[in-house]
Amino acid sequence: MSQQLPGRDVVLNAAETGAVEAAAATTHRGPHTDVAVDLTQFEALIAADQRIEPRDVMPEAYRRSLVRQIAQHAHSEIIGMQPEGAWISRAPSLRRKAILMAKVQDEAGHGLYLYSAAETLGVSRDDLLDQLHEGRQRYSSIFNYPTLTWADMGAIGWLVDGAAIMNQVPLCRCSYGPYARAVIRVCKEESFHQRQGFEILWTLARGTDAQRAMAQDAVDRWWWPALMMFGPPDDESTHSAQSMAWGIKRFSNDELRQRFVDITVPQAQRIGLTLPDADLALDEESGHWRFGEIDWSEFERVLRGDGPCNATRVAHRRAAHEDGAWVREAAAAYAAKQRVQEPAA
Amino acid sequence: MITRTDLSLATYCLRLGDDALVMSHRFGEWVTYAPQIEEDVALANIGLDLLGQARALLTRSGELAAGDGPAATEDDLAYWRDERAFTNVHLVEQPRGDFADVTVRLLWFAAYQHALYAALTDHPDPTLGGVAAKAVKEVAYHLDHATQWVLRLGDGTAESHRRAQDAVAAVAPYVDELFTDDELVTDLADAGLAVLPSSLRAGVQSVVTAVLLQATLTPVTPTWHARGGRAGVHSESMGPMLAVMQHLARSHPGASW
Repeated sequence: MSQQLPGRDVVLNAAETGAVEAAAATTHRGPHTDVAVDLTQFEALIAADQRIEPRDVMPEAYRRSLVRQIAQHAHSEIIGMQPEGAWISRAPSLRRKAILMAKVQDEAGHGLYLYSAAETLGVSRDDLLDQLHEGRQRYSSIFNYPTLTWADMGAIGWLVDGAAIMNQVPLCRCSYGPYARAVIRVCKEESFHQRQGFEILWTLARGTDAQRAMAQDAVDRWWWPALMMFGPPDDESTHSAQSMAWGIKRFSNDELRQRFVDITVPQAQRIGLTLPDADLALDEESGHWRFGEIDWSEFERVLRGDGPCNATRVAHRRAAHEDGAWVREAAAAYAAKQRVQEPAA
Repeated sequence: MITRTDLSLATYCLRLGDDALVMSHRFGEWVTYAPQIEEDVALANIGLDLLGQARALLTRSGELAAGDGPAATEDDLAYWRDERAFTNVHLVEQPRGDFADVTVRLLWFAAYQHALYAALTDHPDPTLGGVAAKAVKEVAYHLDHATQWVLRLGDGTAESHRRAQDAVAAVAPYVDELFTDDELVTDLADAGLAVLPSSLRAGVQSVVTAVLLQATLTPVTPTWHARGGRAGVHSESMGPMLAVMQHLARSHPGASW
């Protein structure tokens, strides 16, 4: 779709610094295609490490890149409800049932904040959902793995949400304001999610032999897919360089992956579970944990759609959407009737 | 020393707790299937409120039944009782159905719970009174949520009207049981320790009927009534539901989670 963002002064940034006000003084009120728009203000804001707001002029490629990333993030939250939602009915205690229901609810909420952030870029949630349902937009590949036991709730919270936090905390400083603000809230809740996952595994690791085996099995299955969540190695990452230049991305895939490993290995030791990597070893000199080769062929395969749950996740989501169409139509029809009645009232 | 009254009150708490627990479980089944994301949030929220009520009520039931001995915990009661020991009404255990079914079912149940909890807020048992005082605020929202949706479904499109009217008919046989008295509750009510279900009937019916009529729906008089939930006689859908809910906990006796 065409650029719909009206050019104007950067009122929303004005509260930040004088540098921004100086940048704002260069605002151009022209048409909004890349060809005609003066990007001086945008570039000054990026150079000053300030936020771009919805009404600021921005390059079309920046807008498209953000829509792609925010939509993928939102879709991941919505699809990510499924592997855990499937265990609400089976949670082994009422306390765990309540925590899990609240967690899955949080994920729906995250999806809503993120779709709202995407909508500030001139797209609609309905269009984005259609693209998800038609396989034209992606979600995080991690959710294409199945949840086989209760311990998977622990492994997802600890490893998957842990990796997500590592990816997302830098996004709190993302150059696009609405995304950065949505992610701040998402990260606060994700922090609870990770702690509850850690606590599930901690409890299982101190439980019966069967519980301990369940916990180890879950960690064995989720460790490598969690490392893949940071994306391909830096030299093969297609979007990274431009995203870095635009202040959307702050650290490289490999940097974040290493940081995650460094933080997670001591946690695994405290829980008392073994990470499934014979090559994992502390490099005394650098202080980093060195890890084995990631099977990128598996990553590529699952990304292509050939993962255990790709088809079922999208089919479930599409079924919920299609089964609910009559409800949304009813709400719209009711609202239309109310609008007709209002003037007469 | 456990008194007969304590035991009766324990059963009373168990009934209210089982209603909330089973309804909550059914709401949990909706999560990820809702017609829009906002509704996933709302249905999970209602389920969470009901689960919170259930946990407090089951815990209190266990305490009252134990006297000075070790009390059955909320999890003992939720996971280790068989179907015949569950005392919930049939309405809450009905399978998910479509969005009209869950909405109309919630309209009745929230209207009933609202009247019930409002009458229990000054209960002499501080736990039961406290649960009621908190829950009455929660179920007021549930009632409003159900009301807003019933209006939209009833007075929305032809299809939504048809589905809502079908849901009104489908739930009708399960309504009477909400308002059925028995000896236990009559004795407790005589002692000022329970609300007679029959005393709530007229008020709840008038709330629900007003919503249905405003939604252009027709109240339905059922040709049969479900009975016996309080005595552990349930629908055939109850067993599979409990099998799913309890299997993991029961597969690991003595385990902590």
